[in-house]
Amino acid sequence: MNYPLHLAILVLLWGYIYTSWSLMGRVGLVSFGHGAFMGIGAYTVVMLWNHFGLTPWLGAIAALAFTAAVAVVIGYPCFRFKIVGHYFALVTLALSEVTRLIIVALRDQTGGSLGATPNGALHGGETVALGALQFAAKEVWLAIVLAFWLGGLWVWRMVDRSMGRLALQAISEEEEAAASIGIHVTRAKLRITIISALMTCAGGILYAQYQLYVNPDTVSGIAISLQMVFGVIAGGMFVMLGPTVGAAFTLLLAEGLRLAFGNRYPALDTTIYGVMLVLFIIYMPKGILGAALDLFKTRRASSPRTAPSR
Amino acid sequence: MTEVFDIFLLEAVLNGLLLGGLLALLSLGLNLVFGVIDVVWICYAELIMCGMYAVYYLHVQYHWPLALAMLAAIAVVALLGLILHVFVIKPVLSAEPINQLLVTGGVLFFLQAAATLAFGIEFKNLGVTLPSVRLGEMSFSGARLIAFGVALAGMVALWIFLSRSYLGTAIRAISQDRQIMPLMGVDPARIFSLTSALGGGLAGLAACLLVLQYDIHPAIGLSFGPIVFLICVLGGLGNMLGGFIAAFVFAQFIAVGGFFFAIEWGYVIAFAFFIAVMFWRPRGILSR
Repeated sequence: MNYPLHLAILVLLWGYIYTSWSLMGRVGLVSFGHGAFMGIGAYTVVMLWNHFGLTPWLGAIAALAFTAAVAVVIGYPCFRFKIVGHYFALVTLALSEVTRLIIVALRDQTGGSLGATPNGALHGGETVALGALQFAAKEVWLAIVLAFWLGGLWVWRMVDRSMGRLALQAISEEEEAAASIGIHVTRAKLRITIISALMTCAGGILYAQYQLYVNPDTVSGIAISLQMVFGVIAGGMFVMLGPTVGAAFTLLLAEGLRLAFGNRYPALDTTIYGVMLVLFIIYMPKGILGAALDLFKTRRASSPRTAPSR
Repeated sequence: MTEVFDIFLLEAVLNGLLLGGLLALLSLGLNLVFGVIDVVWICYAELIMCGMYAVYYLHVQYHWPLALAMLAAIAVVALLGLILHVFVIKPVLSAEPINQLLVTGGVLFFLQAAATLAFGIEFKNLGVTLPSVRLGEMSFSGARLIAFGVALAGMVALWIFLSRSYLGTAIRAISQDRQIMPLMGVDPARIFSLTSALGGGLAGLAACLLVLQYDIHPAIGLSFGPIVFLICVLGGLGNMLGGFIAAFVFAQFIAVGGFFFAIEWGYVIAFAFFIAVMFWRPRGILSR
């Protein structure tokens, strides 16, 4: 077991998923429903593989198509009927709970709350089963999640530079005004929602294939949705690397406390984490990275002597 | 064969009615707080969990009489509501609304984890079993009947308090206009604190009723928390009558859906119904 490598993979994977969530969150679309997209990704692929022997490559396409359909079915009416703020958060919360409950209810196929394991494809010391998307070597996984994480940052940058981003910014500040100057509110919101949902779905697939285990409580439902939201808040949702910082922070906090105290206090990390979240939202709403950058900026501004003078 | 079928369906419907009363009480405190302070307590179900533990420890560990333990639990949760407001909600009252939602989410994490740390993850049972009531071929749990009765009584008491007393009138006035009421001599800060304690007290009452029926564990909040939020949203956040109706509708979906299929499908149908209604009436069923 290569522990540091395992941590690096998890940080990058969650960093990628949190980045996907933030694409919506930072323009005021606070979704508690991303657990649904992650769960759909993870379970569709594993179920198609286990029951029909369908390779995860094709399974991934099915999962992405399914996710896009769900995102449209929920997103379109939400945006069309101006369900925003609290109401949007709670409607999407219902979506992630529905997903979790359906997975549990189909226990004959999915294994219910006990979770499911993808049928192993690594026989007799093989390390790579490309068709089954199973790799024994952690280095391979590091490369894969690194690629996805960079891809996520690239999407963030592309969105940042597009006209759509300005439109979404305007919508999040004043929806009626944005509509009155000719921004197609529903279309703009739906587009970013689909992008964000598809990326999260891909994250779910990777998570399932890396851990080789899926469980309704760890890939869907309210708990995982809240975990995404709060990881992002801790890191900072308005800067590109904020979500990744959040992922690294939460993971290292949990692992650090586990190393320091062993397993004597099983929930100590979440207790401290909960207190920190409350303090963050009250005193540091921009998150760790956002606050750090602000501090850096004001320090530069307040000490003009450091600026090059001619 | 059909006759037997019908009597069990009737039993499911009546059980749904009993569940509805309990859910209505659960949604009441949340609606009150939202209506007055305009904040959603995402950690509301965790406050109830704290109340359940309070009853358990006072009764089982310290051998207090059950009634006294329950009264103390209500007081404890009312105090928690007040603490929550003063230390967590107050600092973000002027921040973006979504931050207020999120900050109570942080409290949810904290309470759940702190409960795991303090009480362990084992399921705890009060050890009180009430006899079930038989009615023809149907049987109903006594705990559910009591819960239903107390829930209705609690709602009536709250309604009388809000409509008849001076403080209740002030609370309703604040919920209608936060800007004008200070000019009329009502101190919003005091009303907010009072409402938070009242909301906490209602959560405590709900805890006393739930502890009779369910085992206690740190994550129990997640098992009914989402339903309570959806009921409040379905009825229109802050709209107590709407929440009341929505609770009974939801309970029927869960009970009857669970009767025809597995219990999870009852929930799935109820949640799907919720999403569908939101598209039809985004501000709740009683919105104008």
